[in-house]
Amino acid sequence: MSEPTVSTVSTVSIKSRGTVTIDAEHCKGCDLCIPACPPHVLAMSTAVNHMGYRYPQLSPGCTGCGACLYVCPDFVFEVYRFEQPVVTEVTEVSGAKQ
Amino acid sequence: MTIIDTSSAPTVPARKVEALKPDLLLTQEHHMCPGCGEPLAVRQFLETIEELGVATRTIAVAGIGCYTSFSGSMDLDLVQALHGRAPSVATGVKRMLPDSLVFTLQGDGDMVNEGLQEVLHTAARGEKVTCILLNNGVFGETGGHMTATSVIGQRTKNSLDGRDAEYHGYPILIGDLIAQLQGASYVARGSVHNAGSVARTRKMFKRAFESQLRGEGFTFVEVLTMCPTGWFVPTADGPSYMQETLGEVHIMGELKTDGRVRTTEELHAENVAKQRELDEQLARGGIEK
Amino acid sequence: MSATTSTDERDKRDERVLMEGSEALARAAIVSGCRFFAGYPMTPFTEVLEHFARLLPEAGGVCINAESELEAVGMAWGALSTGARAATGSTGQGLSLMQESFSEITLAELPLVIFNMARGQQDYFQATRGGGHGDYRHIVLAPQDVREGVEHVQLAFHLADKWRNPVLVYGDYLLAHTQEAISIAPITFPELPEKDWAVDGSSSGSGASRAVTSLGVSKVGQPAMGQEGKAQYIATKIPLMEREVRVEQGFCDDAETVVVAFGSPAKFVKYAISQLREAGHRIGYVRPITLWPFPYAAVAAAAAGPDVRRVGSFELSAGQLVEDVRIGVGGRAPVTFIGGVSTDHSGFGVGRILDVELIADRILALHEDRELPLIPGYEQYSYQIQEHQK
Repeated sequence: MSEPTVSTVSTVSIKSRGTVTIDAEHCKGCDLCIPACPPHVLAMSTAVNHMGYRYPQLSPGCTGCGACLYVCPDFVFEVYRFEQPVVTEVTEVSGAKQ
Repeated sequence: MTIIDTSSAPTVPARKVEALKPDLLLTQEHHMCPGCGEPLAVRQFLETIEELGVATRTIAVAGIGCYTSFSGSMDLDLVQALHGRAPSVATGVKRMLPDSLVFTLQGDGDMVNEGLQEVLHTAARGEKVTCILLNNGVFGETGGHMTATSVIGQRTKNSLDGRDAEYHGYPILIGDLIAQLQGASYVARGSVHNAGSVARTRKMFKRAFESQLRGEGFTFVEVLTMCPTGWFVPTADGPSYMQETLGEVHIMGELKTDGRVRTTEELHAENVAKQRELDEQLARGGIEK
Repeated sequence: MSATTSTDERDKRDERVLMEGSEALARAAIVSGCRFFAGYPMTPFTEVLEHFARLLPEAGGVCINAESELEAVGMAWGALSTGARAATGSTGQGLSLMQESFSEITLAELPLVIFNMARGQQDYFQATRGGGHGDYRHIVLAPQDVREGVEHVQLAFHLADKWRNPVLVYGDYLLAHTQEAISIAPITFPELPEKDWAVDGSSSGSGASRAVTSLGVSKVGQPAMGQEGKAQYIATKIPLMEREVRVEQGFCDDAETVVVAFGSPAKFVKYAISQLREAGHRIGYVRPITLWPFPYAAVAAAAAGPDVRRVGSFELSAGQLVEDVRIGVGGRAPVTFIGGVSTDHSGFGVGRILDVELIADRILALHEDRELPLIPGYEQYSYQIQEHQK
C-alpha cells in the first residue's frame, strides 16, 4: 500500500524584460550559455538536434542582457528586449511524503 | 518547468538588441569545435568594423590555424598568409593602401612561435596595422601541442606531464614585449571566458582600430580563447580551465594606451575589480556598450 | 622579340648614361611601374637594395629594409595583393630563405619579380627547379650584360603580369658592379587585362569580397577549386608558359662543336668562340636567354647539325645547366661539362675561370677531344675518397 503524499500548488508571476530566439539546429551542445545567463533561465534540453547535440531552452525571467549570445560560439541566439515586461504565470507543484 | 517558445521572433512589441550574426559574416556555420572561443572573438571584431563604418576599406590578412576557415566566411577583402607571416604581408598591403584598415588574424602558434620575429619587427617599425592574436596556448589545428604561450604545468600533447620550466622553458608574454616597442601605440589583452570579458575585449578591438585609423602606430589585441579539444577538457569546463591556466599568466588588460606602458603584473589587481563591475552590469540587464 | 635589335634601336633613339648594373636594374624596375621593393642586404645584391631605397620614394613608391629575407618576400606578397607591381631579391642564400613563400605566391598567382644577384651560376637549379615545395615554375631571365638586364627587368614585370606568375631575373656580381653605357627608356609592351583579382577593401561587405590565396578555398557561396584542383590548375599553366622561351645562337650551321652558356659568362664564351672561329675552328654556341622555359628545341636543333660531334656546357658551377643541355641534346651527341666552380676567394665575385684565354683553352680542348686542362690552383681542393667510403 502506497504512503499518502501531500502536494502544494502555487502560482508565481515571473517578469521577463527580454527574450531570445534559439537556433537549436546549429547548437553544438557546448553548455557555455547555461552558466553565462545571470538570471539562470537557460537549461539544456533532453531532446537532441539533428547533429545529436542537446540545446538550450528558455524559462521565464530573461532580461535581454545578451550574455548568452556573447559566449555562444555557434551564433545560435538573437536577443530582444520587450517594450513592456511580459509576465508569465508559472505553476509549481511540490510534493512531500507525509 | 515552463519552456518559452524560442523558435521565432517575439510577437509582442520588442526591440532586437543583438542580431544572430554580424553582417560581415557570410554564414553562421563553421567547423570550429563545440566550446571553441575563437568565434566569440571573430564576432566582436567584425561587429566593431561594422560599428565604425569602415568595412569598405578593410583588408584582413589571415594566418594559418583553425581560424583560417573564417577567411572564407568573413565578407572582407582578404590575403591569406603563411604560418607566422601575416604581419609582413599586412605591412605590404598597408604601405600600398595607407588609408585602409588592415588587420591580421593569427593564433599563438602562428604568431608567437613561427612568426615571433615578424610581429616584433612590424610593431617596432610602427606599421599602422592591427595584429589580432587568438591565444589558446596550444597548436589547435594540429591536435593540441605546446606553443610559446603555453603555461608552466599545462598539459599538451608534447608536454603530457605538464610544461616543465627546466625542460621546456618559460612562456612568452607577447603583449609585454610589444608594449615595450616605441612603434606600438595600443596593446591590450582580452579574453572570452565569460560575457564580461567578451564585452571588455570588444572595447579593445575598437580602441585598436581607432588608433590605427588615427595613424598612431602599431596596435595589438590578444584574446585568450577556449580550446576544450586541445586542452582535453569538457566544453563546459573550458572557461574555468582557462582561468586556472592561461588566465593566471596572461592577465587581461590594456598594456599600452596613450603612451603609458604597464606590465602584466600591474594588470592583475584591477582585473578583479573590473570583472565584478561587469558581472553587476549583466545582472542589472546588460553591459553598457 | 629579339633582344639585341630592340636595345640597339632604343640606344640610337635615346641618351645613354654610364651606370652601374645595380642602379640600372633598379631604375628599369621603377620605369616599369614597380612601386614596392623590400630586401635585406647581402653581397652582391646589396647595392640593388640601396638604389631602390634611394629611388623608389622619389617615384612615389616604398622601399623597406626588411629585417629578414623572409619578411621581405612577405611584404612584397602584401603589396602585390593590392595590385601594385612589386619585387624582392637577394643572392642565392637569401632566396633560399624565401622558398616557401615563393611556392605559395606562385599558387596564389601573384606577379612577383625576383632579383637573384647570384654568386656565380650555382643557383641554376634553385632558379629553374625552384627550391620550394610543390609543382611550380618561375620564368627565369638570364641577362648577359647590363644592357640586356635593363630590358629583362622590364620584360619580367610584363611577363609576371601576363601570366600571374613570378619571374626571376638571374644576375650576378659582374652584372651588379659593371658600369655600362645604357638607356633606361621604357619599353612598350602589349596591353594586359585589369587586375580584377586585387584587393583594396572596396569589395568588403558587398557579399562579393575577394580573397588572394594560395589555398584552393574561396569565399562562402563562390566556387572553390579545392587543394587538388588548385594544384592541377597551376600545373596545367606550366606548359602554356613555355611559349615564352627565348634563346640566342650563333655559328651553329656548320659547327662541329656547340657550347651552351648563359648570363655574363656567356658573353665571355661568345667572344672566345668568335676568336676560335677566326682561327678556323668550327665552333658554335647556344645562349639560353630564358633558363626556364629552357630552349630544349634550340639545343636539340643545334646538336642535330650535320657536322656536330660534341656539345659542351660552360657554367660557373659544379654542373647544373649541363643537365638541361643533356635533355635537349637527347643523345644526339656526347655532352661534356667544361665549366667549374668559380668565385673569388671571398665566394662573392668572379673567379679565375671567367677569363677569355682560359675559357678558349677549355673549349678548344673539348673541340679537339683532348682532356680538359686542370683549372690552375684547384687541384688542392679535390675531394679524396677515404677508406671507409670505398
